[in-house]
Amino acid sequence: MKLPRSTSMPGRATRSSTQESPLVKWLLIGVAGLFAAVFLLLPLINVFVQAFSSGLGEYWDTLKDKDTVSAIRLTLLVAAISVPLNVVFGVAAAWAIAKFEFRGKAVLLTFIDLPFSVSPVVAGLMFVLLCGANGLMGPWLQAHHLKIIYATPGIVLATIFVTFPFVARELIPIMEDQGREQEEAALTLGASGWQTFWHVSLPSVKWGLFYGIILCNARAMGEFGAVSMVSKKVAGYSDTLPLLVEKLYNGFSHPAAPFAVATLLAMLALVTLGLKTFLEWKSQREEG
Amino acid sequence: MRPDRAIAAKSNPLPGLGLTLGFTILYLSVIVLIPIAALTIKALGLSWSQLWHLATNARALAAYELSLGAAFAAALLNAGFGSLLAWVLVRYRFPGRRLLDGLIDFPFALPTAVAGLTLADLFSDHGWLGRLLAPMGIHGAYSRLGVVLALTFVGLPFSVRTLQPLLENLDKGVEEAAAILGAGRLRTFLSVIVPTLLPTVLTGFGLAFARGLGEYGSIVFISGNLPFKTEIAPTLVVVRLDNFDYSGAIGVALVLMIFSFALLFTLNWLQGWSLKFQRP
Repeated sequence: MKLPRSTSMPGRATRSSTQESPLVKWLLIGVAGLFAAVFLLLPLINVFVQAFSSGLGEYWDTLKDKDTVSAIRLTLLVAAISVPLNVVFGVAAAWAIAKFEFRGKAVLLTFIDLPFSVSPVVAGLMFVLLCGANGLMGPWLQAHHLKIIYATPGIVLATIFVTFPFVARELIPIMEDQGREQEEAALTLGASGWQTFWHVSLPSVKWGLFYGIILCNARAMGEFGAVSMVSKKVAGYSDTLPLLVEKLYNGFSHPAAPFAVATLLAMLALVTLGLKTFLEWKSQREEG
Repeated sequence: MRPDRAIAAKSNPLPGLGLTLGFTILYLSVIVLIPIAALTIKALGLSWSQLWHLATNARALAAYELSLGAAFAAALLNAGFGSLLAWVLVRYRFPGRRLLDGLIDFPFALPTAVAGLTLADLFSDHGWLGRLLAPMGIHGAYSRLGVVLALTFVGLPFSVRTLQPLLENLDKGVEEAAAILGAGRLRTFLSVIVPTLLPTVLTGFGLAFARGLGEYGSIVFISGNLPFKTEIAPTLVVVRLDNFDYSGAIGVALVLMIFSFALLFTLNWLQGWSLKFQRP
């Protein structure tokens, strides 16, 4: 017997109109996949293909060149100074903002976000105008023989500026969610302020903290615009890895050379993504 | 002692507000506020007519036009394809989904110099993709299009990651209700789903646009940096500083900073608005 159409299987009718037809679904997946392939996958593969395009020997020669080694060293040094400083700041800011109420908190939060919306180039220029030879503090710095701009301290300052919000931004919402009950309990039980912080507060935000650190580190090692404004760009002395990539690209070196250096930074990106995925998985599992 | 103060002190026994807030404000001042003040003070040292000329001469205007136009086009591309990616990642199950999801953050993690380097090669006339476009007279590298392509790469995660959490928490009951009431899938999508997503898509658009406006690292590789043609505003700041034209650099930097503060303000307002949409 044939059922009239209007009363047939309301359940099925609902399902078919809350989902796209398979054709539409796979078409959407296809278009999204194509876009991702062009803009995400191909650029990544291309770095490695171009780097090895003139052979493994050439690749290795570029990496062990003294300019590359010096750039690796400077990049690591800059990150080793700027990331810990931003971690200390991030933890302090998160503690004050998440655990206490005070006037002007919203303004403080806006200021913390500020470096994300300032162009890195403008950030670099600010430090030149502050500490450079013609800058506001220039005469004073010169009188005390302190060199900041076109020297390593300038690179560090510019890097700290552009990576400033990462750790704080990651920690503030997590600490706010956790409230104060655990800390209050620890204090009631006789723990000191520091003990409470080290043994109660810090362990409960550790995954968020790691997350902030790896993002901060990736940006610190990869920053280009701000650093290029304050570096003298002398090969073997004041080039970070990203600056060396540009120099090799514009110079008369082998066309594969900038890509060889770029593979180091691409691997940094891949490690960062891997750790990020791992941390997300880990913190989700701990939440239950 | 006033009673309300006593209660406030009693209700929060945690130590360290003075120390942490003091350090936060000191560090913020040294790293962010004093440098911003330095730019402002240096700009105020110039006369208004001088500043106006430096900020609005023909070369600077051409640079703003390209910066704004390319950032807008890239943010628009990302609003479309980024929203599509977010939809596909949240709603469908298919092989490679997790890999795709992980790859979305790649532009956040990859140094912009490397992004510019590889995109310039990919879209140059002999590159893997440029080779396909060149016969059609389309040049993806060393052109204005190149600027849009690089900014699309840089801004992509903003659009996807802003929309994804909203899509995951979207109440499917509303869609079912629309379907039961007789709406077809397309009608449900257009008049039920799209209005809910729009404020958030707009926020993602704004974030990608703001990022694109200030971007320099990737553009310097792919655009060719020709004045009046493919020179963006941040590049002009760099060029002027390289020529020791401090005033010229300040003029353009000031305009860029005003743009970004105006955007920050708009975005804060927009995010408040879209939150209101999500929690009725």
